[in-house]
Amino acid sequence: MNNVFVYCEIEGTRVAEVSQELLTKGRKLANTLGVQLEAVVAGSGITGKVEEQILPYGVDRLHIFDAEGLSPYTSKPHTAVLVNLFRQEQPQICLMGADVVGRDLGPRVSSALHSGLTADCTALEIGPHDDKKLGKHYDSLLYQIRPAFGGNIVATIVNPENRPQMATVRSGVMKAEILDPNYKGEVIIQDVAKFVPETEYVTKVLDRHVEAAKNNLKGAPIIVAGGYGVGSKEGFDQLYELARVLHAEVGASRAAVDAGFCDHDLQIGQTGVTVRPKVYIACGISGAIQHVAGMKESGIIISINSDENAPINQIADYVINGTVEEVVPKLIKYYKQNSK
Amino acid sequence: MKLNIVVLAKQVPDTRNVGPDAMTPEGTVNRSALPAIFNPEDLNALEQALRLKDQNPGTTVTIITMGPGRAAEVIREAMYRGADGGYLLTDRAFAGADTLATSYALSTAIKHVAPDVDLIIGGRQAIDGDTAQVGPQVAEKLGLNQITYTEEILSCQDGVIRVKRHIDGGVETVESALPCVLTVNGSAAPCRPRNVKLVMKYKRALAPMELPQGSGYGDLPYASEYEKKDYLKLGQLNCADIDADLNQCGLAGSPTKVKAVENIVFKAKENKILTGSDEDINALVQELLASHTIG
Repeated sequence: MNNVFVYCEIEGTRVAEVSQELLTKGRKLANTLGVQLEAVVAGSGITGKVEEQILPYGVDRLHIFDAEGLSPYTSKPHTAVLVNLFRQEQPQICLMGADVVGRDLGPRVSSALHSGLTADCTALEIGPHDDKKLGKHYDSLLYQIRPAFGGNIVATIVNPENRPQMATVRSGVMKAEILDPNYKGEVIIQDVAKFVPETEYVTKVLDRHVEAAKNNLKGAPIIVAGGYGVGSKEGFDQLYELARVLHAEVGASRAAVDAGFCDHDLQIGQTGVTVRPKVYIACGISGAIQHVAGMKESGIIISINSDENAPINQIADYVINGTVEEVVPKLIKYYKQNSK
Repeated sequence: MKLNIVVLAKQVPDTRNVGPDAMTPEGTVNRSALPAIFNPEDLNALEQALRLKDQNPGTTVTIITMGPGRAAEVIREAMYRGADGGYLLTDRAFAGADTLATSYALSTAIKHVAPDVDLIIGGRQAIDGDTAQVGPQVAEKLGLNQITYTEEILSCQDGVIRVKRHIDGGVETVESALPCVLTVNGSAAPCRPRNVKLVMKYKRALAPMELPQGSGYGDLPYASEYEKKDYLKLGQLNCADIDADLNQCGLAGSPTKVKAVENIVFKAKENKILTGSDEDINALVQELLASHTIG
């Protein structure tokens, strides 16, 4: 009772990276609270295949829901799994990935349980809270921390009264760390029919294409990222050229994506990909918090900006005061000259 | 087949153009300091609804929006593009609502004004919160199925809708019986522009909240127009109109509370400042190569 739960998302029989990251975070939160970590996984033909991907993160109890209709993911059956399990187990915290599945499922579950849900958290902590109006004190609530309002502020959200306290987190924001490869957790094979009435299987998936990601932003050692200051689609061609010579990947800020300079897949930041490259070259990126949230862990940050006061310069190791148009070709030129 | 479609739309502050006075000292949004716009993905949602209307004569598209008086602009804007009418859901009791309290108010309004709704369509998320929660929460409260991240409605026939939707790393095609809730992605087809004839027809449409205080439609300069043309009087609903439970509305009905709000100031790192000159760039590249940072 009152444990920390993580909903583990799977593709086929493989547990998603974001879920592994959340299990690691969940373990830490459970330790702070002095409770157990439980995981939930729902799919088809997964029994015997997911346990060793989940338990080593320090999972004390793993609930497996294995039935034909649970894969591929559809909204209502997975909602029924969580809602009915949570009514029984009364978790105090539930974490899930802030990807398409988590953002489809989380709100439905929170609506059914009348519990609070915070999307796209960038940090999760445990701490006390005083409600001054009600004069009530809470010892240990989940602080759900996220940039808000277009990235201009960072808000800490709490759910004082309703349980579970639910939060979604994007892939790459937390770090996955195996706790103990031989961690002994209890595996509970649940009877799906007891949780999911037949009437819940209402979406038919007719066709499904999952492709490997077009880019490798998450794993790239060097990223050349463009912002609004790149100026145009053509301007991005220069970034691609720089990326080619440096063996880097190209990324972008939301402003550049919104302006149509590049593809949506390239977006780095709170509502895009979170990256930790060795080198991050920010070209014409001003540095809204939402963007910074997705790249601040980079090793070396180089900012090319014509605005000396661009916020991103504050976190940069090298600041080049100049336009992207002027500086990027020079970087290409001198790299070619010097690397020979 | 005639369809009864509700489009959920929101007027949002344009968070892409935020000035220093955007937040009040209490940490809430100072909406009056920001330009208010039609939430971009709600326009994509409206387009999907209007396409179904084009294909299915007799279909009605009704906008429901929650907000203060000026949010009625969203309803007019949608009517200029082909929506039939709409309701402004407005009450002080709705203020301070999180996504759950918002979805309670919206779902309760839908039960009242469109009990026989076939399809509820909204944008995937609003740019002032980016949560993507209200659509699924409304669906759950109404006991309806949902299809989120819609790219395109492929067909809608005999009470079955077929939709192409975005999933992580790909696309899938799904089918659901009506009624259901759809949320639409920004990458879906853009909304058609305003239609000049519809602008002329609806430009004087007003919700009661928009009238000068203490006056009625009869006191307006074009009073006779409002008498003849009912469609110029936009729908308006408050808490009592929809029999909403006050404990589930606004701040009181919101499980999430804002504990703290911080304006983020980045901690300055010690950094090297360079110019864009050839000498500086050359030196930088040499330094990075020497330290094996690149290359």
